[in-house]
Amino acid sequence: MLKPHSRRRRLPKLAEQFQIWLMQHVQNALATLGRLFDTPVPTGMTVAVIGISLAFPAALYVLADNLRTMAGSWDQTAAISLFLRYDITDAAATPLAEQLRKWPEIARVDIISRDSALNEFRALGGFEEALEQLKNNPLPIVVAIYPHAAFAAPAQLETLQNKLLRLQEADFARMDTVWLQRFQAILDLIQTGVVLLGGLLGMGVLLIVGNTIRLEILNRRIEIEIMELVGATSAFIRRPFLYAGAWYGLLGGLTAWLLVTLALILLQGSVSRLASLYRSEFPLAGLGISETLIVLSGSIALGLIGSWIAVERHLHGTEPN
Amino acid sequence: MIQFEHVFKRYPERGEALTNISFEMKVGEMAFLTGPSGAGKSTLLRLIGLLERPTRGDIVVNGRNLATLPRDRIPYHRRDVGMIFQDHRLLPDRSVFDNVALPLVVTGLGHKEVGRRVRAALDQVGLLKRERAVPVALSGGEQQRVGIARAVVGRPPVLLADEPTGNLDPELSKEIFQLFERFQYVGVTLLIATHDLALVRSMHYRTFSLGEGRLVNDTRGW
Ligand SMILES: Nc1ncnc2c1ncn2[C@@H]1O[C@H](COP(=O)(O)OP(=O)(O)OP(=O)(O)O)[C@@H](O)[C@H]1O
Ligand SMILES: [Mg+2]
Repeated sequence: MLKPHSRRRRLPKLAEQFQIWLMQHVQNALATLGRLFDTPVPTGMTVAVIGISLAFPAALYVLADNLRTMAGSWDQTAAISLFLRYDITDAAATPLAEQLRKWPEIARVDIISRDSALNEFRALGGFEEALEQLKNNPLPIVVAIYPHAAFAAPAQLETLQNKLLRLQEADFARMDTVWLQRFQAILDLIQTGVVLLGGLLGMGVLLIVGNTIRLEILNRRIEIEIMELVGATSAFIRRPFLYAGAWYGLLGGLTAWLLVTLALILLQGSVSRLASLYRSEFPLAGLGISETLIVLSGSIALGLIGSWIAVERHLHGTEPN
Repeated sequence: MIQFEHVFKRYPERGEALTNISFEMKVGEMAFLTGPSGAGKSTLLRLIGLLERPTRGDIVVNGRNLATLPRDRIPYHRRDVGMIFQDHRLLPDRSVFDNVALPLVVTGLGHKEVGRRVRAALDQVGLLKRERAVPVALSGGEQQRVGIARAVVGRPPVLLADEPTGNLDPELSKEIFQLFERFQYVGVTLLIATHDLALVRSMHYRTFSLGEGRLVNDTRGW
């Protein structure tokens, strides 16, 4: 026959206690995951909804990121294209370029000769027949002007443009900055969109996880009640629900990552075709390591907070009623 | 071990369920709690297990004053009070083993030790061979014994039973009460609410009689 416990028990050492505590948490976390996989369909649905919700802002972020990279590569192209008068020859253009290089505002000057311009034009494709019709090369010489970073502000560029136009060889000058600035504004807009959409869909994820955990708590009411009867602490009862929330978050985050990555793989084909039209390669950037970590930790945090809210609202702990 | 001092319990919807209850039980004492339906037997047991708090009065169990016990200490109090219910309160989708293990699992006891103690408890109630069964596959008496094993597996110093034999035939009831006697021999304090007056009389233990929420009789056993 078993005797009732004497109240005095050997207290385990601190390290031992910590080990036990850690073991319990690992076991608890794994047991919770196992329980989620016991009901794959509802779990899968919740995870999918979270994944899709998070994939939207993540995809928008990736879009903005790639557009910025693209804009960066355009920044490297001429800020001002100076089109020379048609009667200016290549021989006359060289000293002009030499002269321009001495201007303090200008970092670099490239001459795009008529022939090379024509060749580029041919390479674009689609214009061969039209070009065949022409006897002479219709293209003027273009001088690509790269200003110094210190002179790249819109107002300064405008001054530079006017100065260039006063050259007698100049026909007209095109500034690439206006639309670049617009592009920048669009990027900023998209970035704001990422934040807004992220916040909104993040709230959605909170609600989804919260509701899922709420239903789970209702389903397990009897079990919870009995656990309370036999002396489970409220921390013990809450733990599996919080773990479930964290798992939902992690699985949802992984799903979002997968969706974005798949979408990028599918898009890379058409983007490459588009890029080849511009004679460049454009490898799409996906979610990098730090971005992936942000998505995953964010989704885990959302899952945890969502489940915590549900647990706070629907589990009132061991309370005599 | 269990001490009531001028305890009142009032339900807002119904009025007083317990009125001015005072008594004391010593360590290792076994007693019955009888009285007509609605007299307040279950209410009294629920107060001891802190499933409810008294409206007035002091209850001291195992050295703890329940009136001042903070909420976060309640689970630890319940670990010291094994409770057995007429409707068993077993988890229908868990095995006998898992049901009995629950009070140990919630304390964070290791796997091996849980297994050892659960089997010891199941052995005491004669259900060692049924540990893999689910509750519905068991008879009423067997289910009640699972409930008893769960109540004693943590070796609590106090054991409460609320009509543990309500649905059982006299033969099975007697067996269950004999089981309780064995716990009393090892020093457990037992309080058993029951309607089975014939059995109560045959066992000669202390008996509390409740009537309309008052303690109307406290007969010493011998
Ligand atoms: N949660 C509650 N809310 C309101 N009234 C209650 C509650 N619990 C019990 N009561 C009332 O308190 C009185 C005592 O109930 P209790 O369950 O303690 O009686 P009992 O002696 O166990 O009866 P029985 O033998 O039928 O189980 C009853 O009149 C009951 O209606
Ligand atoms: Mg009752």
